[in-house]
Amino acid sequence: MTDMTVDPAKAEADRLFRRKRLVSFGIPAVILAYLTYIFFAFDLPGLVQRANWGNAVTLASDIWSHKVHVTRNNRSGEIAFAIEGERKGAYPEGRRPEWVSGSEDKGLTVDLGEGRKVRLLPGKRTEIVLPGFQTIEVAAQGRSLDSNLPEELPKWISASNRRIAVTLPGARVTLTGARTEVFRYFTGWELFWFTLDSPYHGHSLGEILFGDRIDPERGNIAGALSDWWNNPMWRHKDVAWAIGETVLMAFLGTFGAAILALPLAFLAARRFSPLMLVRAATRRVFDFLRGVDALIWTVVLSRAFGPGPLTGSLAILLTDTGTFGKLFSEALENLDGKQIEGVASTGAKPVQTYRFGVIPQVMPILLAQVLYWLESNTRSATIIGAITGGGIGLMLTQAIQTQKDWEEVAYYVVLIVLMVMLMDWLSGWLRGKLIGGRA
Amino acid sequence: MHAHGEIGRIQASYMAEVRRKRLYGGLTLLLFTVLMVAGFVIVDERSAGGFWDGLHRLDDYMSEVVAEAWQRRAELPGLIAKYFPALVETVNIAAVSTLLGVLGGLVLSLLSTRRLARWPRLIPLFRRLSDIMRALPEIVIALMLIFVMGGGPVPAVIAIAIHTAGALGKLFSEVAENADLKPVEGLASTGANWSQQMILGVLSQVAPNYISYGLLRFEINVRASAILGFVGAGGIGYELRNAMSWGPGRFAEAAAIFVLLFGTIVFFDQLSSRMRNRLTEGEGQ
Repeated sequence: MTDMTVDPAKAEADRLFRRKRLVSFGIPAVILAYLTYIFFAFDLPGLVQRANWGNAVTLASDIWSHKVHVTRNNRSGEIAFAIEGERKGAYPEGRRPEWVSGSEDKGLTVDLGEGRKVRLLPGKRTEIVLPGFQTIEVAAQGRSLDSNLPEELPKWISASNRRIAVTLPGARVTLTGARTEVFRYFTGWELFWFTLDSPYHGHSLGEILFGDRIDPERGNIAGALSDWWNNPMWRHKDVAWAIGETVLMAFLGTFGAAILALPLAFLAARRFSPLMLVRAATRRVFDFLRGVDALIWTVVLSRAFGPGPLTGSLAILLTDTGTFGKLFSEALENLDGKQIEGVASTGAKPVQTYRFGVIPQVMPILLAQVLYWLESNTRSATIIGAITGGGIGLMLTQAIQTQKDWEEVAYYVVLIVLMVMLMDWLSGWLRGKLIGGRA
Repeated sequence: MHAHGEIGRIQASYMAEVRRKRLYGGLTLLLFTVLMVAGFVIVDERSAGGFWDGLHRLDDYMSEVVAEAWQRRAELPGLIAKYFPALVETVNIAAVSTLLGVLGGLVLSLLSTRRLARWPRLIPLFRRLSDIMRALPEIVIALMLIFVMGGGPVPAVIAIAIHTAGALGKLFSEVAENADLKPVEGLASTGANWSQQMILGVLSQVAPNYISYGLLRFEINVRASAILGFVGAGGIGYELRNAMSWGPGRFAEAAAIFVLLFGTIVFFDQLSSRMRNRLTEGEGQ
């Protein structure tokens, strides 16, 4: 008797368990199969071979260090000292790094640490002294090089009769017929505050703030600020402008979209727009604007408005008009009708009904959504700027494309992250102020 | 007489309040308008082409593209078929990065939720970590990885996955804060370890919400993956850039890619919103 009632229940439970088992093993199996397909579709085995680990090492070490170059032009015999080998980072006439000794006409010795030395000798000759290895002697003859290097070379030397490169720990020597270049790595972002031609280089913060006047022409603080702001190497002024431009793109795009979307949202909401045709048409416009996506808008608009922040603002504006239109019209549909009726019952005209019955109800919701998107759009503006050429996105892509200014890339990345976090915090704070205050 | 004066005073103070409120509202509106106008002027000045000239050029460009695409309309189906594999790659990038991002976000969220975290003292660390991952635009990581790995889908996957993990980490953790702790305690009393408690006690509660957020993220990632293609990460974005740089004569290709990308975005938007609706309805039952 009891068996009869238990059996169906047990069968039911068994079926349930079988289904659960199938699901809990089936879903991971499907995901695993998909990942296996991706493994081959994305050619992961080939990627390991294609990847350039040398680049990875350059990137990782360049982010937190800088190079000081000593370069001899073999044609003119001139020797230049410059940070990162750039003109902007050049040592002024008569100054040079303290690990360089000797004189230019008798031969210059560049100390690379741990007994390793490079001698730049007259007559386009170069000697590289390496304890534990031989001393390499190279002489430039027109475009080719004569050297005493043996046939069998260790991995850290690459040599042909046109070019010899010696990679040492923390340094590198490159020789060609035209020039001899030595550089040493040092930790830190050199010249971040002042370039070498600024009188404030090498002075501490205390000396600048409280010490004697360094540059007789200018006050210390004003002069130091101006030299830092106009630093040609790190371009703090341009970076600040670029960040401002990116934030501006996000601001104009987001709020412009909100202004455009608000009236359109009324047309798309059932409560306010009795005509089905108008509603459907407005909604399709929203779907279209959203579906085309910021990428296509950017590409199309950049044809018309050229590179610059205008294209970015308009691309964000168009995409977000669609997004906001959809969100706003949903908010309008979910309104509480009682408030509107109440205002209307006092004899208010339609405009007054909207002003006092609708707007106070939806404003907090709409503002919260707009502010939430403002933060997300700051990130989008960075990306759009990289595509169309404006703001910090442009500076970032330019720095990455040179493939050597990785410390600048790191600087920009830090600033971008701070910028987005600040916007996130700001939008959260404003949301709390505007909406929390009402509740 | 006395009552009349009282009402008069109340009215006067009420009107003063209204006037002050209007003044503040008006000032805020004025400030906002000034910011918008000034912003627009600055942006207009710093751009290569002005706004009003640009409008004409936009019109010319669009009509040119449409005219050429219309003229070569017979080729469009063929072109769409030609670019379809690139589209599949874009969608694959989005799908894989969403999968990885959901996993990463899951771990991050559980590690940074009060009462659930494995190491409660490290909660601030994991929160800051997900803040930073969330703030990093995909393009930054993608471009750096392209330098190391060369172009292709993998840098895009990693870049999008990092951002997704950060974004989902925050959302997931908000959901997990509200999870019922009784199942976790029950599991702990049977001697289950931390990962067992999380998987059996927490995940089964929050799964509908998590899946819904994951689907929303997938929608966003399809767009992101198309954009990253444009900077060299493969897929339909890459094809779009090629078609664009050829200029006139290749507008039919560009139009075909526009159509494909638009269709895909709308399709996945609809699909994901339908699935999310089903998930939230299922939760109510």
